Amino acid sequence: MPSRRLRRLWSRYGGYMVGFVSLFLLWHLASVYLVSSVLFPPPMIVLRKGLLLIRTGVLLEHLWASIQRILAGFIAGSLLGIPIGLAMGSFRPVRKLLEPYTEFLRFIPSVAMITVAVIWFGIGEASKIFLIIYTTIFIVILNTAAGVSAIAANKIRAAQALGATRTQIFFHVALPATVPYILTGMRLAMANSFTTIVAAELIAANEGLGKMLWDGRMFMLVDDIFVSLVTLGLLGFVVDRMFRWSIYTFAGKYSPAT
Amino acid sequence: MTPLVAFRDVQKTYRSLQGVDDMAVEHFDVEIEAGEFFCLLGPSGCGKTTVLKMLAGFEAPTAGEILMQGRPVTGASRDRGVVFQGDDSLYGWLTAVENVEFGLRMRHVPKAARRERAMRYLDLVGLRGQGQKYPAELSGGMKQRIQLARALVNEPTMLLMDEPFAALDAQTRALMQAELASLWRTTRTTVLFITHDIDEAVTLGTRIGVMRAGPRSQVKGVIDVALDGARSRTDDAFLRYYKQVYEMIRDEVAKSIARTD
Repeated sequence: MPSRRLRRLWSRYGGYMVGFVSLFLLWHLASVYLVSSVLFPPPMIVLRKGLLLIRTGVLLEHLWASIQRILAGFIAGSLLGIPIGLAMGSFRPVRKLLEPYTEFLRFIPSVAMITVAVIWFGIGEASKIFLIIYTTIFIVILNTAAGVSAIAANKIRAAQALGATRTQIFFHVALPATVPYILTGMRLAMANSFTTIVAAELIAANEGLGKMLWDGRMFMLVDDIFVSLVTLGLLGFVVDRMFRWSIYTFAGKYSPAT
Repeated sequence: MTPLVAFRDVQKTYRSLQGVDDMAVEHFDVEIEAGEFFCLLGPSGCGKTTVLKMLAGFEAPTAGEILMQGRPVTGASRDRGVVFQGDDSLYGWLTAVENVEFGLRMRHVPKAARRERAMRYLDLVGLRGQGQKYPAELSGGMKQRIQLARALVNEPTMLLMDEPFAALDAQTRALMQAELASLWRTTRTTVLFITHDIDEAVTLGTRIGVMRAGPRSQVKGVIDVALDGARSRTDDAFLRYYKQVYEMIRDEVAKSIARTD
């Protein structure tokens, strides 16, 4: 019995584990034998430094600062973006009216907005959250609107023939049919949020993983830089897994195909 | 007496992407009496689905009028239940029984009552014990059964079926036809059934309307099928009707193929 469970675990996660091990192994080999410089520390040294920074509380402080900003901006951006996307997908006049905004603004990268954000909101939380909202909202709007227009016409027709009102069709057909698209938009927006928060913290922040990178450069703390980089990678990986899991769980039944 | 449904000189024009008007049906006249199983048979592209969409209220005729119980059709309504050809009308996020009770839920029928009725109709279409499955977990034939139950539980005045078995394999199709025929014999719900399959039309219909090749299609002729009870494909009477319909539609199919080539 345990061997069968082991085999199932292996078939599910084995590839991942080998992949991760090989990643760190390659890093180790490159660092120790290829570069062999203090400017490219091997994984064990970074791990040791990371544990030290966890013990002193420095790493978690930076990590928590970044996570808070991402979450606040990401949630606010999604909450704003979903209804706007639904309205744009459902009503042609709304789409015509708002498309100039989305089609114009989404091509101005959030990184380009950092300067304006700092001038407007200072270097505190407000500017970071503004930037994350900015980087989130357009992707969520676009995906949500695309999801609404991808609904099979027969789903709506069936509801009409079953006596549903327009409002009922919106809440009981259009909205659930769009859920997988909304989640996909949010997943993409989350990846963008990482880019944006690091860039913003590099330029103007008192704490955060981006600030940690910048301090590392200032004080030549190369190990700290790598701790921050690895933390970003791991954080992104975990968050994305959570999204994939929730998309899989919901989309199992919220699948757009049926 | 006014017929249940009357198409009066109905015309439907579609504007193509190039801005050219394509007339799908023209001078379309048909009357359907209550309790009939009316099969509308025609070659592909003849506009038979257009006719169904107009009666369902999904699309408005360009000219002419469609009357139901003497009143013009102005939009979709729950007195005309629809069974679609594919499975894309099912709600993938709802279980089979939740799909079936959708109409009752929209009408605020209490949960216990609507669940009980939905289960009864699941039984009726042969889906006992499958209620908790999602559409994606069910076969093509089972999905069409859900659609049928979902339409019937709403107790429509008539049922519109748009080639509901066309995407099924031959065995499943024959089985579904037999079950639909026996279901109809017990309920006697009025049905408009769209098909391109002569065998299916003779198996199911009490009347068969044969359409001309499109565009500008209309009904070429209507054949009364005086067969009662379960029909057998090897009966002489069945074969006579088959031949009669075949001879009426043969030229139209040839024309339709020549036009699409």
